[in-house]
Amino acid sequence: MLHGPARTTSPTVPVMLTINGKRHDLNLAPFVTLLDLLRGPLTLTGTKKGCDHGQCGACTVLIDGQRINSCLKLAVSLNGAQITTIEGLGTPENLHPLQKAFVEHDAYQCGYCTPGQICSAAGLLAEGHARSREEIRELMSGNLCRCGAYTNIADAIEDVMAATSRSNQPEAAE
Amino acid sequence: MAQTTPDTGRLIGFPLARIDGPKKVTGTAPYAAEHHPQGCLHGFVTTATIGRGRITRLDLADAAAVPGVVKIYTHENRPRTAWWDRSWKDEVALPGHPFRPLENDRILFDGQPVALVIAETFEAARDAAALIRVSYAAEEPTTDLSAARQDAYVPKQKRNGIAPPPPPRGEPQAAYDRAPHRISAEYWLEGEHHNPMELFGSTVIYEGEGRLTVHDKTQGSQNVQGYLCGIFELQPENVRVYNYFVGGAFGSGLRPGHQVFLATLAALDLRRSVKLELSRQEMFYMRWRPATVQSVKMAADAEGHLVAILHDAIAATSVHEDYQETVVNWSGLAYRCDNVQLSYELAAMNVSTPGDMRAPGAATGFVALECAIDELSYAVGLDPLEMRVLNFVHVDQNEDLQLTSKALHACYREGAARFGWAQRSPKPRSMRDGQDLIGWGMATGIWEATLTQATARARLSKGGKVAVSAAASDIGTGTWTVLAQVGADAFGVLPQQVTVEIGDSSLPKTSVEGGSWTAASTGSAVQAAARAVQATLLRHARTMPGSPLAELSVEQTAIRGGRLVMEINDQAGVALDDILDAAGLSFIEEEAEVAPDAAQAKTFVSYTHSGIFVEVRIDDEVGVIRVSRVVIAVAAGRILNPKTARSQILGGVVMGIGMALHEEGMTDHRLGRIMNHNLAEYHIPAHADIADIDVIFVEEHDAMASPLGVKGLGEIGIVGVAAAVANAIYHATGTRVRHFPITIDKVLFAKEAAE
Repeated sequence: MLHGPARTTSPTVPVMLTINGKRHDLNLAPFVTLLDLLRGPLTLTGTKKGCDHGQCGACTVLIDGQRINSCLKLAVSLNGAQITTIEGLGTPENLHPLQKAFVEHDAYQCGYCTPGQICSAAGLLAEGHARSREEIRELMSGNLCRCGAYTNIADAIEDVMAATSRSNQPEAAE
Repeated sequence: MAQTTPDTGRLIGFPLARIDGPKKVTGTAPYAAEHHPQGCLHGFVTTATIGRGRITRLDLADAAAVPGVVKIYTHENRPRTAWWDRSWKDEVALPGHPFRPLENDRILFDGQPVALVIAETFEAARDAAALIRVSYAAEEPTTDLSAARQDAYVPKQKRNGIAPPPPPRGEPQAAYDRAPHRISAEYWLEGEHHNPMELFGSTVIYEGEGRLTVHDKTQGSQNVQGYLCGIFELQPENVRVYNYFVGGAFGSGLRPGHQVFLATLAALDLRRSVKLELSRQEMFYMRWRPATVQSVKMAADAEGHLVAILHDAIAATSVHEDYQETVVNWSGLAYRCDNVQLSYELAAMNVSTPGDMRAPGAATGFVALECAIDELSYAVGLDPLEMRVLNFVHVDQNEDLQLTSKALHACYREGAARFGWAQRSPKPRSMRDGQDLIGWGMATGIWEATLTQATARARLSKGGKVAVSAAASDIGTGTWTVLAQVGADAFGVLPQQVTVEIGDSSLPKTSVEGGSWTAASTGSAVQAAARAVQATLLRHARTMPGSPLAELSVEQTAIRGGRLVMEINDQAGVALDDILDAAGLSFIEEEAEVAPDAAQAKTFVSYTHSGIFVEVRIDDEVGVIRVSRVVIAVAAGRILNPKTARSQILGGVVMGIGMALHEEGMTDHRLGRIMNHNLAEYHIPAHADIADIDVIFVEEHDAMASPLGVKGLGEIGIVGVAAAVANAIYHATGTRVRHFPITIDKVLFAKEAAE
């Protein structure tokens, strides 16, 4: 009785997602989260599962430019969305400035929360709300790091924020 | 800007950025559950919802009807495994009976796995697991340490490697009774949970009859390999376990977790690859730092010299295993004291077996010891730092052993200077900034500097290419990077020329990564293997016609600039490639082992030391506590890489702040259930909780601690931190909270009680 007989699978819904610039036309069961879609069928395991309940931030990705916990999003609700994961920010040979700063500042240890921290930091920089170290700390608090790399993460983000504001000087002066 | 590229010959001590960093920051470092074998099945575990009793009925019909479910395993149909306990004992197993998932109908603790669903998709397995209905005959669980302590016992069988408390020395009680200054207090520490960010997971790849490739979240690939071979009666050469990348562990991955057992069970039975990633909730029922109650009596003479220490601890364990750690022994060796009595007992409860968590025992014991000496310093009327300096000890009085080094005075001096301790106003509640009370507290930390048996391989190929390998792990500690540095240093090449191989059970034998011993042990083994390669090079070079090295011993040679040269004269030498060519070889590879020096251990013991200085700011009205500043000065021998070393200490301090202020598993004792088994309700420090942390490494040269001179850094960062925070809270508020974590309610309650 314990062997499940062969059955048809669950009903699926068509959904189109653009992930890291690449279009995906998918048929998905409605209960598949974006996180499980990324980590499973799409093998984009750079996005991490730390709690599956929106409590740790390890699964943070950018959806239409906004940082979001991908474990709290059903993939079928995102038809037409532009999604950027850590793999879309940079590669080992061509690092994004945040990725580079994380390496320089040793802003990680085990590396598991790191993709979420970096995606969250990218979202934070785009939001433009953080202007001080205190604000960085406050606005990054949705991303837990059990290795305790927080001070180094703040250093890395501060560096990139300073470089970004330098390169945007004329606009910032307005 | 600091130098980012090292010179050859100056690699040890260089703050090299992690060599695995680019992979980690781009999401291309694969962790245990991030491998994708063809046709892989997915598992999900159903856990017990009672704390003690028996399963009376399992209703699997709805679960089995979920499309995609392949098989459901319970104690009723679990395939046969090894019978004897000894087959289940892993390398670091405890006295008692190792837990066997799905063994029978008995429930020993809430959260125990009772069923495993295997399905074609993760979603199907998850949904089916939620549809399994289990009926129980429940009994009343015991999970409350304050009740269980009545039946505390001294463990009959000692845990391997954990020293029981030493016998009493002097006349502790009498000395205490007649001393002019005395304190007596009880300190409570609630249970803590490791919560590494990565979920426990395994990908078990079925390679054919009895052959498996396993990617597991573990601190020891060889420990898991041995465990699986023992239980499933597999041939070691047919089971290869990898742990290339480990998303944190902090001790939770020292012993094999039930995920690897269950995934392997299903893979062997179904002859298919299986992936199992546990939930965050389940991880609260794996290992944990046991809730512990400690009572300390401490006394000093009129000047503040310690005259008596009596320290007793009762710690939680499970009903099936006697978990033991060194909690009280530290009180007999941290300060000079001739009258000491220590005891350590266990209280068995319906909980999962506790396990080592960052600085196991020491992190707990120093909470009581360092708060007690702080309390006593106020009783004597001495500055807390002066009190500790006054009672400095240069030997280990427990074992009557000499110390290989102890630069703790330098930690106190440099830490205090950086912190500005001299500006401290001694009276509690005397420092303020507006609404905030300010408190300055400090503590000492000590951890064992251990060398374990370790083997490593080194290979030198033509063109100066180097490879070093050992079955070591990198759980975020920096093993990949420091081994590259040691290898590069030994062969006079840049780290980019070194390939590091770790995280694979087929590599040379090492122990699990834990106890702060990996850099010292595996690092020294790599150095020894490199030395063996050098000896082989010399052997070939000496026979070369007209060799300038013909008369030399290996100690008289060095490898510099791609040549084997005379140590005292770089001009006299032979190019490495020429030696290989002359010998007709494309590479030379050697293996070497390091082991603790038994003769030295009869006279000497090694510890790492720290001085921690903490500032807290406490809102006087609402009791919110913020740790605004930490300075920690560490003496840990030679620092291989200041960048990764600093991170290790930062991590320890952050976890220590969590221990002081945030972390506790909250159990409903009627149900025996941890009610806050998630990261929203079990608080760990977040970005906003962590302000400035200043790490100082003081000079310490110790050639006896390990051949590399390294003492290890994984634990020392946390030891004493919670006490330093608690001492700062006392200094700020004038009321002493002895129950950890020190939450707002306790501060407010203590304040009301004092008023």
